[in-house]
Amino acid sequence: MRDLATLLFLGGLIFLLAAITGSLPFGHPPMLVGQAIQQVAAPEVGATNFVTAVVLGYRGLDTLGELSILFAAATAGGLVLGGVKSRGRAKAAPAAGFILRAGADVLFPLLLIAGLYVVIHGHLTPGGGFQGGVILAAAFFLPLLARPHESLSHTWLSVIEGLAGAAFIALGLVAMFDGAAFLTPLFDKGVLGELVSSGSLPLLYLAVGLKVGAELASLLMRLAQDDGAAS
Amino acid sequence: MSAAIGLVFFIGAISLCVIGIAGIVLSRHLFRMVLALAIAEAGANLLLVLSGYRWDAVAPIVTGSLSGQAMVDPVPQAMVLTAIVIGVGVQALALSLVIRIRQRYGTLDMQEARQRMQDELDNDAGVTPPRSQERPAGERPIPAPAAVIDAGGRHD
Repeated sequence: MRDLATLLFLGGLIFLLAAITGSLPFGHPPMLVGQAIQQVAAPEVGATNFVTAVVLGYRGLDTLGELSILFAAATAGGLVLGGVKSRGRAKAAPAAGFILRAGADVLFPLLLIAGLYVVIHGHLTPGGGFQGGVILAAAFFLPLLARPHESLSHTWLSVIEGLAGAAFIALGLVAMFDGAAFLTPLFDKGVLGELVSSGSLPLLYLAVGLKVGAELASLLMRLAQDDGAAS
Repeated sequence: MSAAIGLVFFIGAISLCVIGIAGIVLSRHLFRMVLALAIAEAGANLLLVLSGYRWDAVAPIVTGSLSGQAMVDPVPQAMVLTAIVIGVGVQALALSLVIRIRQRYGTLDMQEARQRMQDELDNDAGVTPPRSQERPAGERPIPAPAAVIDAGGRHD
């Protein structure tokens, strides 16, 4: 009975999605917002990566909402797994082999540099705070895999995360003091395509990168510690 | 030619969505449900990105000078960037809940975990579980007729 209902629902879903996409001309999107943004984004925001111009320039408030959703998920994850740490310490996983330890040592600085590069060049090239933040989290999580007994301090991660989030909101509030809307890009636009350009977008993306990196690192760490406790 | 390619992309995205949702509903294993959620998310993201695709266009990034080169729509891409990050958060939260259920009830099967959860709740509340075919409740197999109890009560 339940399987039958599921099949009926899925058939309806296929029909609905097919009807929607069938009326959509593939390759010729009917949306006009994107075309308008392509024409005004370079002079108005000063970023060569138009996705960044949309994420931080035109839809900055949505990005703040997204950051708060991520913050809520990380906090809830910590809440659910919080009490397990003391048990996890007692029987942590055995130390990893030579290859994983040496590989973690070699990869740590490279991942750090790659992550920071992706974060700082977010307004010029593909990438940005979210992608670079994930690479930074991986950089700090890799040594943890190699040496399960050591761990990063949750307090420091929380401090970094909170400061980065506060910096993002503060940059938005400073724009309001100038009489502009919340999260309007500050400072001079600069020369299109240079590293220091497009106003405060690189600063915003740096805050996003640190916040995402700290949140993901603490989430991964809790999952790893808990995994050691469960098995 | 172009219509055929578009058809293939759309069929792929829609079937990813449908496979994911079918996995969520039909699967009884909690970890497989989380994986199915990830598949459904990938399908939805692919649909969004496809809606902004444009023929003979480049990625929405200016290289060199500002030219009249057509670009794909940047708005769906920004939305998908948001959706991917939120999806990671949701999956991490779901996984942490799954880990907790595994620690508490020792199983990842949804129905077994539900049964054990119900038993524990009944135990804590001091309630006898509802009557079922496998476990008949009460010591006496047949309850006494109501009229006899009534009559005995009056005589005493």
